Amino acid sequence: MREITYRQALNEALAEELERDPNVFLMGEEVAEYQGAYKVSQGLLQRFGPRRIIDTPISENGFAGLGVGAAMVGLRPIIEFMTFSFSLVAFDQVVNNAPNMFTMSGGQFNIPITFRGPNGPAHQLGATHSHATENFYASVPGLKVCAPATPRDAKGLLKTAVRDNNPVLVLEAELLYSSKGMVEPPDEELLIPLGKADVKREGSDVSIICYAQTVPLALKVAAQLEEEDISAEIVDLRSIKPLDEKAIFDSVTKTHRAVIVEQDHPFCGVGAEVCYRIQKNIFDALDAPIMRVSQEDVPMPYNERLEKAVLPNPDKLIAAVKQVCYA
Amino acid sequence: MQRGEQRDEVEMLSLMLLIRRFEERASQQYQAQKVGGFCHLYIGQEAVVAGAVAAVRDDDYVITAYRDHAHALARGTSANACMAELFGKETGCSRGLGGSMHFFDRKNHMYGGHAIVAAHVPLAVGMAFAIKYRGEDRVTLCFFGDGAINQGAFHEALNLAALYKLPIIFICENNLFAMGTSVKRSTSLKQIVDRAEGYDIPGEVVDGMNFREVREKIAEVADSIRKEPHPAFLEARTYRYRGHSMSDPASYRTKEELEKYRLDDPITRLRAQLTREEKLTNEQFDQLDKQAKETVLAAVKFAGESPQPPLERLYDYTYADGAKP
Repeated sequence: MREITYRQALNEALAEELERDPNVFLMGEEVAEYQGAYKVSQGLLQRFGPRRIIDTPISENGFAGLGVGAAMVGLRPIIEFMTFSFSLVAFDQVVNNAPNMFTMSGGQFNIPITFRGPNGPAHQLGATHSHATENFYASVPGLKVCAPATPRDAKGLLKTAVRDNNPVLVLEAELLYSSKGMVEPPDEELLIPLGKADVKREGSDVSIICYAQTVPLALKVAAQLEEEDISAEIVDLRSIKPLDEKAIFDSVTKTHRAVIVEQDHPFCGVGAEVCYRIQKNIFDALDAPIMRVSQEDVPMPYNERLEKAVLPNPDKLIAAVKQVCYA
Repeated sequence: MQRGEQRDEVEMLSLMLLIRRFEERASQQYQAQKVGGFCHLYIGQEAVVAGAVAAVRDDDYVITAYRDHAHALARGTSANACMAELFGKETGCSRGLGGSMHFFDRKNHMYGGHAIVAAHVPLAVGMAFAIKYRGEDRVTLCFFGDGAINQGAFHEALNLAALYKLPIIFICENNLFAMGTSVKRSTSLKQIVDRAEGYDIPGEVVDGMNFREVREKIAEVADSIRKEPHPAFLEARTYRYRGHSMSDPASYRTKEELEKYRLDDPITRLRAQLTREEKLTNEQFDQLDKQAKETVLAAVKFAGESPQPPLERLYDYTYADGAKP
């Protein structure tokens, strides 16, 4: 194991999959000559050439659709959105074409495509550039959605996504690109299955269920809570869809209390689904109502103080934990 | 003309008859409520798809919009599988899961059947991208209506195809109406083909009621593309005799206009050409038409008797690995 950044981990995943399978190509805005808007594709053009690392014009619908069409005839495109906020311009391709094709064709055309890029609020980008899209996309049958929080998970999930025979969205965490973590060396194949959560910290009093940018938040809060003798278990979903129900239920059955901290909006957010499944399946295990911490239900303001007020933060999470713990 | 080509033309005339009789019967079965959803008929436009497929190879890619029954039939999908799809049956070309607007047939290189206007044009460009990526000499035929040319997806796709020099023929089946809105009321252009010029794509107009003209133009363009990949654009001027869909009485146009086009019928025209050249007798034509009608009637019977898709397989076609998240 060695320590690398989330960005490097994604870069290694791309390089390894491009190396492994000649049908894999990377396409998107600024992925080639510019070396990636967030430098995730750094060096790939030099290594794999312009046939496989392809710059596009600013035409998200066009190049997302191009990817779906190429996947229909057997290529395995990796389509980068400069941010998932821009994927909304390609919503029709991601929602209507990629996941519906397998059903509509009676199973004749599966679409092995990866859509990837940063997702979720970053810092003072305003309402149009701050979308957390996981709940939109997870609601669509036929799509798979993952949202890694660590370099190791980012690498392992992206590699798995590229090999999956379905459309998979890898929602990268914009604020975590420079974060570091331990990852297996490049000569050791790292594949992390979709639909498997990971307990990032064991605890006994409360389960904090989180993903992507809320994982570091939850870990930080858990350390603080420890000082107050509250032992929090951190369950990182990693995949939104498929959802690892078992890991969630195992943890909540042990702690009897659950708080979901999500980076999307509260109405029909990821936490709503998780919450429903917990109460439906393990109602008797609960000692308190489940709490959710999400963004406030407003378009993201530019103002820094207001933005902080909209986002999940340690205070909100600690308050939610204390409420379920009756502390 | 060579004997081979003569036989082909009679075969293609017989395909055009099959399309027409299929659509007439589909209309009847729709009214009998055997067919659900939306149903868009191709009657009047037969020369476009017949001319196009007659000009290309069986392994070239074909993709179209929602008026797609003819494209599947032209690609070799059986009338049985097409009718069964309309009936929503397991034996349909999309196992009864697609319906009228979503005909697919992988084996015959028919890539749909796409019902969001112009959303398939980027897909077609992706298929052409794959051809060039692999260094093959196939061509993608991308059909769409005049209604598609004002969608953003169409414009993005044309730009990408031109930018990457992809082997694709954009075939605009201009039947003058996007649903009920005439081209004049929808499009700020003197003629649709001028759209291509904006993307530096060579474009031409063909008479979409003339099988031979369509075939010759597509053959010429496909030949050029196989030598050196590039996109091309054809505006095929045609006419649909029926409304936009089964629920449309087409009151936005006059009877006189319809009659004018009916006199220029693509089947009648090819028949007359072949008869004049003594390649087809009236008896032979009647025989071809009789065969088409019988094939379609048999398809109705086949579709009616076919089983429904099994309920227990409802979740089998959501994920390729059978996952149930």
